[in-house]
Amino acid sequence: MAYLVKGAHVVDPQVDVDDVLDVLIEGTKIAQVGKDLDAREATVIDGTGKYLVPGLVDMHVHFRDPGFEYKETITTGARAATHGGFTDVATMPNTSPVTDSGSEIRYQIDQAHAANLCHVRPMGALTAEQKGEALAEIGDMVIEGASAFSDDGHGVQSAGMMRTCMEYVSQFDRVVCAHCEVESLTTNGVVNEGRASTRLGMFGWPALGEELEILRDIELARITGCDFHVCHISTQRGLDYVRRAKSEGLNVTCEVTPHHLFLCEDDITDSYDTNLKMNPPLRTAEDAAAMREGILDGSIDCVVTDHAPHAAHEKDCEWEIAYFGCVGLETSLPLMLTNLVLPGKMSWQRLVEVMAVNPRRILRLAPVRVEAGSAADLTLIDPVQRIVVTPEYLQSKSKNSAFLNQTLTGCATDVFVDGRRTLADCEVVCA
Amino acid sequence: MLSVKHLLDTTSLTADDITQILDTARSFAEINARKGIKKVPALRGRTIVNLFLEPSTRTRSSFELAEKRLSADTLNMGGSTSSVVKGESLSDTIRTIDAMNVDMFVVRARLAGTPQKVTENTDAIVINAGDGKHQHPTQAMLDLFTIREHFGHLDGLKVAIVGDLAHSRVCGSLAPALRTMGAEVTLVGPPTFLVDDPSYYQCPQTSDFDSVIGDMDVVYMLRVQLERMEGAAIPSKREYNHLYGLDVRREAMMKKGAIICHPGPMNRGMEINTEVADCARSKILDQVTAGVATRMAEMYLLLGGENDGISR
Repeated sequence: MAYLVKGAHVVDPQVDVDDVLDVLIEGTKIAQVGKDLDAREATVIDGTGKYLVPGLVDMHVHFRDPGFEYKETITTGARAATHGGFTDVATMPNTSPVTDSGSEIRYQIDQAHAANLCHVRPMGALTAEQKGEALAEIGDMVIEGASAFSDDGHGVQSAGMMRTCMEYVSQFDRVVCAHCEVESLTTNGVVNEGRASTRLGMFGWPALGEELEILRDIELARITGCDFHVCHISTQRGLDYVRRAKSEGLNVTCEVTPHHLFLCEDDITDSYDTNLKMNPPLRTAEDAAAMREGILDGSIDCVVTDHAPHAAHEKDCEWEIAYFGCVGLETSLPLMLTNLVLPGKMSWQRLVEVMAVNPRRILRLAPVRVEAGSAADLTLIDPVQRIVVTPEYLQSKSKNSAFLNQTLTGCATDVFVDGRRTLADCEVVCA
Repeated sequence: MLSVKHLLDTTSLTADDITQILDTARSFAEINARKGIKKVPALRGRTIVNLFLEPSTRTRSSFELAEKRLSADTLNMGGSTSSVVKGESLSDTIRTIDAMNVDMFVVRARLAGTPQKVTENTDAIVINAGDGKHQHPTQAMLDLFTIREHFGHLDGLKVAIVGDLAHSRVCGSLAPALRTMGAEVTLVGPPTFLVDDPSYYQCPQTSDFDSVIGDMDVVYMLRVQLERMEGAAIPSKREYNHLYGLDVRREAMMKKGAIICHPGPMNRGMEINTEVADCARSKILDQVTAGVATRMAEMYLLLGGENDGISR
């Protein structure tokens, strides 16, 4: 199958392209990039007014498969990812059983092949059963295709165990991704400590828990030489620690979610909307502003969703017993466009860096460039089209979006994965 | 006519709302003080559900008496007998009761925001009888009534709220309500009991009880939840009593005419000593008496009265 995307604005800072061009896709590869290309046998897709970029990557999602298929499966998650414009996702290992062995990694990759939509790049657990006590079979998981390692959901509480994890991973050219949280500081917390916990009458969750563990893990990365990535950073001071580590030349990176960029604790009203209950929690307005600054100035490397599907009954309850997290795959790009790119605060180049280039580098995936010979993993974006975030709009099995009923501007209309058109005019193309 | 449909918190109440509740409670207090029949037909034919999802004795009894004296029909549901313990969700519980056409829910719960959640599942009117560490508005109203009865006014009064502020729904409701009525509030407690963000209440916070007690018109002692605090936030009952308890020495520092309040139940010998709890300044039993009248007033204003229960 061949496609010719005609007249789209191609943006790829890796090859210094920022121009209206035609892109010819043949088989699994990009065959040609240039002006006025001949369609020959190819299906022509009109890209006028749209942007064509290297396929988007979300390196932090929870697909709940195996174990919690009532929330999401690899198939339904891949559908949501495709609908949101992604070609690649990295799945977190807090499945049941925990993804802590080569066979569990293989299971996810096989399921993704069967779904035949996006690439699924499973992360393996750092420790067996994510208990923080003993190393998981990290080498075996590398062989089966694990993209990185994390005990996401929890930080590895023992500094000694974390040091062992980093030392062991450092032999494999893989990154350790850490959910940074000193749990003795955040024990019963369900909402950011400060104004929100006082106003809402619930146990506070101090920023200090994240900040201290970021600091600890940066020092462990320094001593072990392991590449270290901070998951879903949410605090201003934590980000300052990452900035300092980068300036010292350490291989430390971090990611932020759209909800920590565009929401804050003040958005949690007396209605106790449990879709705003997050881990880490929504922080102060100042923290959110610092996150936006960080994603623009390069201190934050990528945008991830922490896509956390939960069934309706797990959110339709009192705040303190509701599950943490929200779905995000189908709103991530529209939120970035609506809030940062279209108002002119963020360049298209920077968007491509944080949503495509940097996560591939951190996951050790082959670069995808808009040039002849590269894998045809591409996302075509309409910057004008409006979407309304309704439960019906969301193709994820769960509908727990923190942005329900918002109208957003800009979305992916077409996605190509290895040359296959997985999203066509905003419709997911099931194989 | 109140500006709110439900009584969920005190932060939504205007000074006019609070004044209406206290004024209406005054007339109910007279009925309650009668030697003869302490009952009016105001809510005859109305059904009120007392949904108490956590244990409560005084609040529950107070509500039940208030309902009976208003001639309402009542249904009591408790945590141990309700389907909540069988794993049913709150939404399902409320929808089930709602299907039986009730007029009001009185909700006490361990989890903050529960009464709000109830409103989302019924058209009935909801009164918050205490939700977790969040709010306890009917307690605040009986406190204000007691204080106003003594001083004749609320504006300009200086009130210290003393004790476990961080875990206190009483403080959460009382401090904002006092401020709305023009009183000055000072929060007092050990650093491990102070609120996360005192600026939310817009009042000073201190750990030096002795430095402020002499200036106060009202000293409001909070109950310490000893069972979950000892060893964690305070070292011992003994040390707490020494540093923050209201004893004879501190009572002697209070100014003339100043009063002592406590929401109960008291830990005698911890936050308050027996000689003080039963002294002339103590309004602790007046608070209990006021509870029935103010709750009658709240239910009457929300459910009955001239506007037939439609407040907004």
